[in-house]
Amino acid sequence: MQVFKKYSLALAGVFLIALTYLFAAETGTKAAVTVLSSAKEMLLILPPVFIMLGLLDVWVPRETMVRFMGEGSGLVGGVLSWVLGVAAAGPLYVVFPIAAAFMKKGVTFTNILILIGAWSTMKIPMLIFEFSSLGTAFALTRMLMNIPVILVMTAIMNKVLSKEDKEEIYQRSELTA
Amino acid sequence: MQTIIFYSLAGGLLIFSTVKDRTKTKKSLIKAWKSFENILPQMLGMILFVGLIVAVLSPEVISRILGGASGWLGVIVAAVIGSVSLIPAFVAFPMAKILLEHGAGYMQLAAFVSTLTMVGILTFGLEIKFFGKKFTIWRNILAFLAAFVIAAVVQKVVGYAGL
Repeated sequence: MQVFKKYSLALAGVFLIALTYLFAAETGTKAAVTVLSSAKEMLLILPPVFIMLGLLDVWVPRETMVRFMGEGSGLVGGVLSWVLGVAAAGPLYVVFPIAAAFMKKGVTFTNILILIGAWSTMKIPMLIFEFSSLGTAFALTRMLMNIPVILVMTAIMNKVLSKEDKEEIYQRSELTA
Repeated sequence: MQTIIFYSLAGGLLIFSTVKDRTKTKKSLIKAWKSFENILPQMLGMILFVGLIVAVLSPEVISRILGGASGWLGVIVAAVIGSVSLIPAFVAFPMAKILLEHGAGYMQLAAFVSTLTMVGILTFGLEIKFFGKKFTIWRNILAFLAAFVIAAVVQKVVGYAGL
């Protein structure tokens, strides 16, 4: 019963797709095909990510992570977060557990935001697709715009979230990571 | 390619870890499984809904909407569509190219690509699970607004470059 409840969202999705198939077979089939291909993508990307996060958790001491990306890491920490983000592969949701694991290890809120920002929209594999599909002027402008955008977003998020809010988010990472 | 790199890296580190300390390795694997299992239900749910939305919002449907709308209204529509979509890059960009060929503007596409990558309505539940409501709402709203700034600049630059 508990398993049933846990997977209620997924079950609702299956039900809806089945329903769509009954009324519009073509759309239903297309949905099912997309689900299978993204499930494949997810199941392919996630295992190595989680294995590495597990290893990070047991092997890398908090102090080391703090030194590179924590309080007082300054510009180095910011650049490192950005590099990790742009070198990434995989959709946005993959960065969430990574960010949580990093928070648990004492990475600053600012660096977490830079990591998420860079990961979401400046990933190098993604930019390659963008350059080839939409042209250099388009991709380059968007890429250059994203640097200030991510920094401004980070600054605003740092302002609007109070100290307590951030503490709550870090406490959350103790449970999820 | 990326997948191969990820697996080689994880595999290599795992072997190295096992050689150094078996107990620690076992602990890390248990940890890995627990975190994976923790988000699996939501990930699966999300993927099912994404499939449904992508099936309804085909390139034809999107370019029809964007083709009919122009200017800032088109940008708003594009930003909203991007927000509710979750498409991998290797599908999204060739798709954006098709939209372009169907008459969608650069400004609208810039908004679409920006919210597609930065705003995640479908990953909302998952994001809340990791960062809480306030963080998630703010991050997504700011990213949504940023899309308009990016769209305006892209329009200016690409327009100027005469592309």
